[in-house]
Amino acid sequence: MIYEQQPTLPAPASTIGLVGWLRTNLFNTPKNSIATLLLIFLCYIWLTPIFDWVFFSADWVGSSRESCTSGGACWVFITQRIDQFMYGFYPADETWRLNLTFVVFVACIAWLVWPNLPKKGLVAVFTLAVFPFIAFVLLSGGYFGLEHVETHKWGGLSLTLVLAVVGIVAALPLGILLALGRRSEMPIVRAFSVAYIEIWRGVPLITVLFMASVMLPLFLPENMHFDKLLRALIGITMFQTAYMAEVIRGGLQAIPRGQYEAADALGLGYWQKMVMIILPQALKLMIPGVVNTFIALFKDTSLVLIIGLFDLLAIVQAAQNDPKWIGYATEGYVFVAFVFWIFCFGMSRYSQNLEKMLHTGHGNRA
Amino acid sequence: MPTDLSRSAPPGEKTRFWNDPAKRALLFQVLLIGAILLFAGSLISNTLNNLEQRGITTGFAFLSQKAGFGIPLSLIEYNESSTYGTTFFVGLFNTLLVSVLGIIAATILGFVMGVARLSDNWLIAKLSAVYIEIFRNIPLLLQIFFWYFAVLRTLPSPRQSIEFLGSFLNIRGLSMPAPVAEGGFNLVIGAFAVGVVLTFVMSRWAHKRQDQTGQIFPTFWAGLGLLIGLPLIVFMLAGMPMHLDYPVLKGFNFRGGMTLIPELVALWLALTIYTAAFIAETVRAGILAVPNGQLEAASALGLPKVRTLRLIVIPQAMRVIIPPLTSQYLNLAKNSSLAAAVAYPDLVAVFAGTTLNQTGQAVEIMSMTMAVYLTMSILTSLFMNWYNKRMSLIER
Repeated sequence: MIYEQQPTLPAPASTIGLVGWLRTNLFNTPKNSIATLLLIFLCYIWLTPIFDWVFFSADWVGSSRESCTSGGACWVFITQRIDQFMYGFYPADETWRLNLTFVVFVACIAWLVWPNLPKKGLVAVFTLAVFPFIAFVLLSGGYFGLEHVETHKWGGLSLTLVLAVVGIVAALPLGILLALGRRSEMPIVRAFSVAYIEIWRGVPLITVLFMASVMLPLFLPENMHFDKLLRALIGITMFQTAYMAEVIRGGLQAIPRGQYEAADALGLGYWQKMVMIILPQALKLMIPGVVNTFIALFKDTSLVLIIGLFDLLAIVQAAQNDPKWIGYATEGYVFVAFVFWIFCFGMSRYSQNLEKMLHTGHGNRA
Repeated sequence: MPTDLSRSAPPGEKTRFWNDPAKRALLFQVLLIGAILLFAGSLISNTLNNLEQRGITTGFAFLSQKAGFGIPLSLIEYNESSTYGTTFFVGLFNTLLVSVLGIIAATILGFVMGVARLSDNWLIAKLSAVYIEIFRNIPLLLQIFFWYFAVLRTLPSPRQSIEFLGSFLNIRGLSMPAPVAEGGFNLVIGAFAVGVVLTFVMSRWAHKRQDQTGQIFPTFWAGLGLLIGLPLIVFMLAGMPMHLDYPVLKGFNFRGGMTLIPELVALWLALTIYTAAFIAETVRAGILAVPNGQLEAASALGLPKVRTLRLIVIPQAMRVIIPPLTSQYLNLAKNSSLAAAVAYPDLVAVFAGTTLNQTGQAVEIMSMTMAVYLTMSILTSLFMNWYNKRMSLIER
């Protein structure tokens, strides 16, 4: 008898397609089937009214609360005040300056983020060293015929972004220095770094901000006056520097001893060794940690409302106390939550992406 | 590298001091100390100068002065004639109260969500992922505001309270029946103490028996019976020496019972939900870190699923979970300072807020407040390091 290959049979209908997916993922055991059905029921009960409130019976267009008649969310509250949420109390004629700064910033970041664009080094130097001055001149004014806008008029999302960007740009280099200090062989440098890091990490940010607003004026010479925004920035930077230093220390510790020894064997000095051999490798390992710190910093900027700065959350908080719009707290919070969420989620996704892109076989993953 | 041995320094010649790393380090450290001393000196002299200019007294004498303001929630005896020193402790205990409540709830919710994200049921895993991604990426302060202003502020007035099981939910908070102990209640407490001791002895005995004979004793159920059943029986026999004090609507508010103020509820909800999202990720990472071979070995031994989880997976996952979990607990305790935003009377709101405003002694008050948080951080990390060491893997 000659063996003849039989045609391959198709997989059983119950394991492929939609039915198969449902069977393996939702109804594989009796217990799971019950759980699935229960959850579908609960989702139906809870999510239907939420979706209805947010989308289907919400009011989107109008000019005052009278336009909100359908019983759903009143997004008119947001659309009517969107300028204030974005720019705070910045003079309306000058908002082009904020827009311009933002566009330049986004362009720089996009250039750095987009893969395969040339001259990234040059753009990075521009973003870190030149752009801050341009941004300061544009935002604050007082030069080149630009009207001076005092910082207490800054507010909304633009203030949130200023706090976050300045915080991270200042905290990263200081954090690197502190982390190197903590791993230094000089006992006094090490003791100073450890004390700094542990003290700032051990207290809540809110007490740091309180200190910056209540105590910093006491510490300064009489004739020196710091602007409230600057004081908050100093507080946030001091606090985040400590967290950043710990993240960077983690990265430094993960570099094998051999790399240090190889650098020594080449006869490199301390700074050459760090800048050329250790930090580039450590920075790559630290990306998730650094982005996590950035996300935490971004969320924490909302605390400045406690010392009286009007970031996005504070503006919304104030707007809903306006007699014209009382009772629209939920819409306000949902809007701010959405804005913050977009930024934070975007950052975390980008960092995961970057991790994959920069993955050059380090670590123990295949 | 072309080397010319004759040109290199003879062994006896001294190196210039700026080329000697040891001496350079010494010089650098001396400069650092100098800079710090100079900086601190100028800070102190500025501060003293400023304090004198503004006529602020220094020292801790203000702690024994009368405070003269009311605090809506206090775990210790406090009234308007108490001292500023007492306000410190009122704030401290309120901070600890919300931290402990938050840690308990966040741990439970976080473990459930972390395990749920690994569920083989697609819907459960996705819902938990959605929960984590939403609440992790929204500022905590916003969440506190949301619960306080958007949810709890819209509850009805005391007269239209939502009533359930003798409790009343309204804009002033949740009024619940309070248990009040009567005469014979000490017996129940005694029975509970006996139960604790017996459980301890029994678990030692069960361990020994298992080591010797391999038989497993149902320690958990027996312990449960001793800890809950025994006091319950004594409670029944003693004639139920406890009654419930029900809240009653009098005038504009509820009297009697116990009331959870809405500030506490909002803060507790927000802290729990926010921190649980982080704990869930920690737990997931811990469980994923247990090598698959361990699970396969357990099922090869024929261990049932629950026992695999309890004896194989969780002990190994805990080693990975504990250090990050510690920082989450600390974060929660520190984040409770956001209470100031909704006027929950915690340490920052009462002491660094009202007391500071009334006395103006910023330096003393801020340093006391920061010292409390620092001590809390150090104690927690000491305890957790000890626990971590006890649980860590001993490799042979």
